[in-house]
Amino acid sequence: MLPENSQYAIETRNLSIFYGNFEAVKNVNLQIEKQRITAIIGPSGCGKSTLLRAFNRMNDFVPSSHVKGEILLHGTNLYGKEIDPVEVRRKIGMVFQKPNPFPKSIYENIAWGARINGYKGNMDDLVEQSLRGAALWDEVKDKLKQSAYALSGGQQQRLCIARAIAVQPEIILMDEPASALDPISTLRIEELMQELKKNYTIIIVTHNMQQAARVSDYTAMMMLYEDTRSGTVIEYDKTEIIFTRPKDKRTEDYVTGRFG
Amino acid sequence: MAIRKTFEQEIQQLKDEILLLGSMVEQATLDAVEALKKRDMRWSEQIIAADKKINEKRFELENKVMILIATQQPMARDLRMIASILEVISELERMGDYAKGIAVINIRMGEQPLLKPLIDIPRMAQKGTDMLHRALTAFVNGDVETARAIPEEDDEVDMLYEQVYRELMTYVMADARTIERANWLLWAAHNLERLADRVTNICERAVFAVTGEYKETRSTYDEIEKTEK
Repeated sequence: MLPENSQYAIETRNLSIFYGNFEAVKNVNLQIEKQRITAIIGPSGCGKSTLLRAFNRMNDFVPSSHVKGEILLHGTNLYGKEIDPVEVRRKIGMVFQKPNPFPKSIYENIAWGARINGYKGNMDDLVEQSLRGAALWDEVKDKLKQSAYALSGGQQQRLCIARAIAVQPEIILMDEPASALDPISTLRIEELMQELKKNYTIIIVTHNMQQAARVSDYTAMMMLYEDTRSGTVIEYDKTEIIFTRPKDKRTEDYVTGRFG
Repeated sequence: MAIRKTFEQEIQQLKDEILLLGSMVEQATLDAVEALKKRDMRWSEQIIAADKKINEKRFELENKVMILIATQQPMARDLRMIASILEVISELERMGDYAKGIAVINIRMGEQPLLKPLIDIPRMAQKGTDMLHRALTAFVNGDVETARAIPEEDDEVDMLYEQVYRELMTYVMADARTIERANWLLWAAHNLERLADRVTNICERAVFAVTGEYKETRSTYDEIEKTEK
């Protein structure tokens, strides 16, 4: 259904996102590079999470929400009539701010999604592979039958990442994935992201600018239009440019802590 | 905007201290040349001792910069300013060494009289320190226009240096026994010529801190390379 080749991992064209009549995100044109980490930054309420959730149609769960424009995965509009949102979410996984494992065993947390997707291979191998991919295997290999809730917050978050990669997505969306974690667990997640980008494209929303500067290759800066309160991307460039010599005065003010 | 008041106060303090360090270097340079002119060796000894204070000040500022980076995580223009401050204070410390070098020359000359009365060397010192003063002011004020203009004035210092060189050579050619005394003065002049070159580095940093552009202004050595080719 979704073709496999395009220069970019995903692309938005004149994308606007509405909640009822309110235009929460206005006219975003972004080309997300494959196997790179792209950070979305900006002040609270500027539409970062709304934009992120649009990438895998999570906003569909908000009844009044709708989009204008397109999000193209390999040239196919994800909001096209023939597209199954469940298929979209399999290709584009998501990790949330608070770790949200299922109230099941560590093993089942990984196996469940794969089983639903009709995975026919060896389940034990898939669980091990996914846990290794999320740098969690060594810590949990002897207690796979235990409840996921027995893990620490940082481990739970890595379990959620393992669960996301178990269905072999192309893109992983991360919404403040480390904001509920202590500094060491945060660094583990950040290190893990560097490993993950060898196989996946990552888009991360973060309020922590040092984190965006540390982990991402590209950064999109979002801001509100004062009059309409709609958010939009005002500058999009290589991360090193955004944090050392941004072109837009508003980006400069934001990253230097003068605004926001 | 008052969101980063503490940080801005700390940056402002750093800038004030750079101006202070700069004025220590200016004074040391002018004094070193004046002491040489008057052959006042005790004064030169004091200048050599005072260079320690310049070095200490530089390390003190470097330490403040590191604390600012660790505690405030500066970005964009703040980051460029902070990185430039590190560069500028190290330039100032080296300029201090040039002044000290001139003081050392005066002491090494011992009881021998100056080969000739000093005229162009004090001019070089005056011009160089004047450029330095304005360059540092431009740096702390983010005055890009002034910072771009000052390196042009380096020609004047270079011309004075050539003049000193030619004049000293005439002494040497007339009487080979003057070589050592000529050399001492040439060394002093060379230190001043280098000081002015380093002023252009400060100007480049002033431009970079504001605009993010790395643009090298030509230096004397570029000119020499060009004529040699």
